[in-house]
Amino acid sequence: MISPKLVEVGRHTNINLITNSEIENIEGEPGDFDVTLVNRPRYIDPVKCTGCGECARHCPVTAVNYYNMNLDDRRATYIEYAQAVPLAFAIDTDTCIGCGLCENMCIAKAIDYDDKERTSKLKAGSVILSAGSRGFDPSSLDYLGYGKFPNVVTSEEFERILSASGPYFGHLMRPLDREEPKKIAWLQCVGSRDKNRSGNGYCSSVCCMYAVKEAMISKEHAHGDLDCAIFNMDIRTFGKDYEKYYLRAKDKDGVRFVKARIHTITEVPETGDLSVWYVDETGATQEETFNMVVLSIGLQIQPKTVELAQRLRIELNEYNFTSAAPFAPVKTSRPGIYTCGVLQGPKDIPSSITEASAAACLAGADLAEARGADIQKITVPDEIDISGQEPRIGVFVCNCGINIGGIVDVPAVREYAATLPNVTFTDDNLFTCSQDTQDKIKEVIIEHKLNRVVVASCSPKTHEQMFMETLEACGINKYLFEMANIRNQNSWIHSKTPEIATQKAKDLVRMSVARAAVLNTLKEKIVPINKQALIIGGGIAGMNAALGLGKQGFDVVLVEKDTQLGGFARQLHHTIEGEDIGAYIEKLIADVEADNKIRVLKNTRIVGFEGFKGNFATEVIVDGSDDKEKIKHGVIIVATGASEYKPEEYSYGEDKRIVTQVELGHRLEEQGASDLDSVVMIQCVGSRNDENENCSRICCQNAVKNALDIKRLNPDAQVYILYRDIRTYGLLEDYYTKARELGVIFIRFDQAAPPEVQASDDGVLVRIKDHILQQDVDIRADLLTLSAGMVAEDTDELSGIMKLNRNPEGFFIEAHVKLRPVDMPSDGIFLCGSAHAPKLISETIAQAQAAASRATTFLARDEIKLSAITAKVDTDYCVKCLTCVRSCPFEVPVFNTHEKVIEINEAICHGCGVCTAVCPRETIQLSFYEDDQITSKIDALLAGGM
Amino acid sequence: MTEKSGSVLVLGAGIAGMQASLDLANSDYNVYLVDNSPTIGGMMSRLDKTFPTNDCAM
Repeated sequence: MISPKLVEVGRHTNINLITNSEIENIEGEPGDFDVTLVNRPRYIDPVKCTGCGECARHCPVTAVNYYNMNLDDRRATYIEYAQAVPLAFAIDTDTCIGCGLCENMCIAKAIDYDDKERTSKLKAGSVILSAGSRGFDPSSLDYLGYGKFPNVVTSEEFERILSASGPYFGHLMRPLDREEPKKIAWLQCVGSRDKNRSGNGYCSSVCCMYAVKEAMISKEHAHGDLDCAIFNMDIRTFGKDYEKYYLRAKDKDGVRFVKARIHTITEVPETGDLSVWYVDETGATQEETFNMVVLSIGLQIQPKTVELAQRLRIELNEYNFTSAAPFAPVKTSRPGIYTCGVLQGPKDIPSSITEASAAACLAGADLAEARGADIQKITVPDEIDISGQEPRIGVFVCNCGINIGGIVDVPAVREYAATLPNVTFTDDNLFTCSQDTQDKIKEVIIEHKLNRVVVASCSPKTHEQMFMETLEACGINKYLFEMANIRNQNSWIHSKTPEIATQKAKDLVRMSVARAAVLNTLKEKIVPINKQALIIGGGIAGMNAALGLGKQGFDVVLVEKDTQLGGFARQLHHTIEGEDIGAYIEKLIADVEADNKIRVLKNTRIVGFEGFKGNFATEVIVDGSDDKEKIKHGVIIVATGASEYKPEEYSYGEDKRIVTQVELGHRLEEQGASDLDSVVMIQCVGSRNDENENCSRICCQNAVKNALDIKRLNPDAQVYILYRDIRTYGLLEDYYTKARELGVIFIRFDQAAPPEVQASDDGVLVRIKDHILQQDVDIRADLLTLSAGMVAEDTDELSGIMKLNRNPEGFFIEAHVKLRPVDMPSDGIFLCGSAHAPKLISETIAQAQAAASRATTFLARDEIKLSAITAKVDTDYCVKCLTCVRSCPFEVPVFNTHEKVIEINEAICHGCGVCTAVCPRETIQLSFYEDDQITSKIDALLAGGM
Repeated sequence: MTEKSGSVLVLGAGIAGMQASLDLANSDYNVYLVDNSPTIGGMMSRLDKTFPTNDCAM
């Protein structure tokens, strides 16, 4: 998943990669910082290095492979992994003996033993710190035996063990004897939620989920039954749909979850197995033996990051995360410097990505007037008209160092290519992708009047775009290009049979030449972008998104169905940190209403919608008017929110002493707690049940917040929180700890045995089975508070009109849960706040700013160039069977009832080819992959006499 | 008032730093993406699969 992003970053003309470097100092003002960097030597020039790997193959020195968590070896000359960006090797001088072999072997002359550390300076208007974290080092925790018992590994090590590119090539094995384990234990909260032993009071937020994942994947890898047990205090699967994942592991895959506190691990000397000694829920000591133990280590900020923060005068909290205010989640203590990812606080990948976009929003907004000032505009020459010309094909065969040339007889392939029809020029190159070869190709294209190019080298996935740009730079249409992958699909897999590999390379080149001859010039349609945004929902999410876009200089129409702005947060008083929510909302509303870029439409309903990315039109009715207003806009941000579930459980609504957490918040604000002797709270009401499988994420912290308020207002009051798992993730854990210290009593119950509630004159009576006492206990409460979950706002009508997909619980679905948490599946539509899933105000603000950033990537452009690879219908032969309409995963083909034809809008076609393949009349063609272009390759292959 | 720069420096090229850089670069800001190691990708590139889709992390 990360690999395409690596390539995109590596290739982006506006991104300058500076590796092996760190910040020494930042001086100056926000908007105009002077940054000093320390650039450490790499000893291999990343510009010259082609990543061929000859240096590492000849390096005689064995070094510990840090990338694989020290579980195997690499050479002193190394690259971390095959997909690395930049694809350039480095020399580890701690182990290098300076023998000079790599320098002798390097054909690209990239090795530079004399490379020195230096400092460099650059100017930047804003800075984003995303230095991340490392796993906690459990060596100091004697009772776990890590470092002493070989079969006790950390979760980071276990990730590498499971990986196909890891030390055991993805085979499930334990380190001691490389035997496949039959029983594995995961121990949660190692270096998290443990201030005494690790110093880390926080929850690392990710370990429960990754332990569940590792257990599931291990079961997939195992060659027989594998017993997986996860020892935990609470299972914290609080993210969107994470509870369903946990239930799948527990109920379908048979992963065991054991509530326990680990006492110690001992090794069985004869077998290397491990005895896990633990205290169960009843307080009894238990022992169970496993073949292997995985320590679920928490996230830890590295000492060098702490030093960096000190150098930059950035405040960190007691756990070394940037101390962010709840209403400014990605700001640091220093203006103009922003933060995201785990440095901001413990979090998972989607939250890191969301926050990264939020930081980009603020960092960019500060520099809005200088946008575009520091980037190079690429000018492309006018395209040469080749219509009527016979094909003149140039074939470039790549040696890829010795990756191809060491196996395939490249000169023979080149000579063979010269004999093929329409080929007017051939060459072979050491590295066809290198900058000097690109220049050479450009000269040759012009000199020999080539009108089509074939490159026989590696994968189009990584290199096609680059070669296409080379063609464009010569005025040749970029779709007159074809690649033959003679490396990944040939020399790498047939390295033991060079003759066959050479023959296959010839076959692949012959196929590519045949296709190149029948390729057509394709025009990429250019669509102008309407620079206005439509934001649906005027709560904290919608307002923050609006302000983010307004600061970037874009016009916004903010539509709210209610008569006032503010949304559900109007029901809340303060955050768990003590920040005043009411005052924040008033300020937000004032800022929004004062911003002349933002037009607010309250009491407004959306009644019509049409268009596509960059060119939407939405019809609205304002204040119940008879007239519809049509708003034209280029992007949409959906921020429709959620509200508190109205419980049907525990006699809610029948007795005024039974309230929800929100109602308790009002009560504490208005009446205080002096009259309350006893308050009972029940968690997971309307969440984690058959009707709503998901965790509502915010209720545990809400209960703890209100419990702390009661204790503050009336220290003598007894507060009981009846829970299934306490999910005070991240830094919220400190408040859970504080509540326990103040005497709040937490009692766990099983879903199968929920508390029983009975109202009486004396109070509400609650009966629950206590796991420690192993008996029922009765609690009398003045107030019973139900921690009701979050339910999505009713968006049935809206989602129907705008064709926006929601999950069964009514929350909108993002484009990808991991990598695109703010985008919706259709281009130009973004998502934020609790319309996406339940979340805290701080998380809502971050996602709203992220949505503004994502929208800015669209609105910053005047026009978009659409891919020319789209499907086209030949309406003369189409019989309107609607197979394409039913098959398209993006709902693009439509039947035009006036013209009585099938239409495929090229602006929204993804070019996936599904309709082309399923059309029974073969009336749909996909440009660049037309039938004759495909068959020409097959014919050319068969012509070789297979 | 000094003239504002159109460049942003991002320190740390893990998934967060990469996403921030891409958003800014695609919004016409120049980005310096600085990382301590010889390779970008950070922690995520060391993972095998990712929850909750069990997709390959790489």
